[in-house]
Amino acid sequence: MKHEIFEKNSILLVIGILVVVSIGGIIEIAPLFYLENTIEKVQGMRPYTPLELAGRNIYVREGCYNCHSQMVRPLRDEVERYGHYSLAAESMYDHPFQWGSKRTGPDLARVGGKYSDEWHRAHMVDPRSVVPESIMPGYPFLAKTALNYQKIAEDLQANRSLGVPYSDEDVAGAVADIETQVNPDSDNVDAFLARYPKAQVRDFDGNPQMISELDALIAYMQMLGTLVDFDLYQADAFYR
Amino acid sequence: MAGKKEVDQFSGVETTGHEWDGIKELNNPLPRWWLWTMYATIIWSFGYWVVMPAWPLISDYTRGVIGYSQRAELADTMAKVGQDRAARAGSLVDASLEDIEKDPDMQGFAMAAGQAAFGDNCAPCHGSGAQGGKGYPNLSDDDWLWGGSLEDIHTTILFGIRGDHSDTRYSQMPAFLKDEILTAEQVDEVVEYVLSISGQDHDQAKTANGAQIFAENCTVCHAEDGKGDRVQGAPNLTDAVWLYGGDRASIRQTVAESRFGIMPAWTARLDPVTIKSLAVYVHSLGGGE
Repeated sequence: MKHEIFEKNSILLVIGILVVVSIGGIIEIAPLFYLENTIEKVQGMRPYTPLELAGRNIYVREGCYNCHSQMVRPLRDEVERYGHYSLAAESMYDHPFQWGSKRTGPDLARVGGKYSDEWHRAHMVDPRSVVPESIMPGYPFLAKTALNYQKIAEDLQANRSLGVPYSDEDVAGAVADIETQVNPDSDNVDAFLARYPKAQVRDFDGNPQMISELDALIAYMQMLGTLVDFDLYQADAFYR
Repeated sequence: MAGKKEVDQFSGVETTGHEWDGIKELNNPLPRWWLWTMYATIIWSFGYWVVMPAWPLISDYTRGVIGYSQRAELADTMAKVGQDRAARAGSLVDASLEDIEKDPDMQGFAMAAGQAAFGDNCAPCHGSGAQGGKGYPNLSDDDWLWGGSLEDIHTTILFGIRGDHSDTRYSQMPAFLKDEILTAEQVDEVVEYVLSISGQDHDQAKTANGAQIFAENCTVCHAEDGKGDRVQGAPNLTDAVWLYGGDRASIRQTVAESRFGIMPAWTARLDPVTIKSLAVYVHSLGGGE
């Protein structure tokens, strides 16, 4: 074989390596973008509300993913502990995704509704006040820090440019939507829920005086894994 | 490369023809075992493509002749687990407390399943020993807010307390000071009265007024003698068990601002056998009625 031409010409060698590696990459990755059955057809998935998105930004900022994954794998022990295995559809609006296998803390893919807001408040301030054996650090400053949400519309816009189907109305009303979601007495709740079905509207951090970072984080935690209607999900159509 | 191979005179092996400062490289063949292992893996991969899901196509992918699917395998496993449990658990879901106590097999199963599920789902609030904490009731004593029979416990686990399930147990104490039902002075007086009926140090001068306020505002739920009402989840105020603290400041906060403890419903999250097992387990912790 005329191997010498690659051995004596580093640019050609680099090009050759790129060609060989990309063949593997294209065959493994490209089909995931065009195959219809990559993402399951489900009822109930919607983009994050602006408050949930703000909470997700805090989740990423604080590095929660370093200890918590959001991916229940299709294995008996995981399904028995956490609930139905995660679907691709459930993270289709995640940028970046929160999959992983690093579980210093428990998986959070289905933590929504598992605990009360009050539990989350106590747990975020001092995890050992409710779970004595916990090794999680406390995040007491979240409750005291006002959420900076004036530019949340730009976050929605950024997600939209990545394919998340936010409408113009969603983007324009993002700041108002945050204020609506923590105030059940607001007149805009019905309109908000029409655009974000199953969103939970209440004062998450127990302090109506301020929209705190804790409001956003708890709103995010309480919706995790709650959107897909598994009664309507045809599991056997997506066996793989 | 030159066409003619040079053979090293000492080892009798061909050289590669490369030479650095008079040092030449021997062209030893690859070990036979290594080469055959590689050929075997290549042959194996052809078989694998046929048997297992492998290649992407235009609108689908090759499923493989055995149709392997991790999700289908899980569904099979869980179906088998369900059958095993059904056989072991018998009619646990419909069994009464007496039935369960008479059947050591069923009881043993429920206790083991209940303990495991308790650790995964209940311990974060109620503690790993079910000892509870501030705002989260102790489940190992005999003081029950909503009832401690097997059925009561079962209902609580199924539907939760003040949760979002339509059958949830619900009651709400008014925030007497915050909602301006009582004045600050009246709140102080009723707190002294509650301290008095629970056998704690109290200000005798205020209890007479406090008793009057209690009779007018609190007895609907906490009963005339202050011993509470399980139908409404209203705690007994005359004993030494306090969910949010029994000292003067804690009681005052409870009266002034109210409390609103929430337990989620588990009926959508856990299967019926697990929920019944949990009820049996919690019932057995010491205080079951």
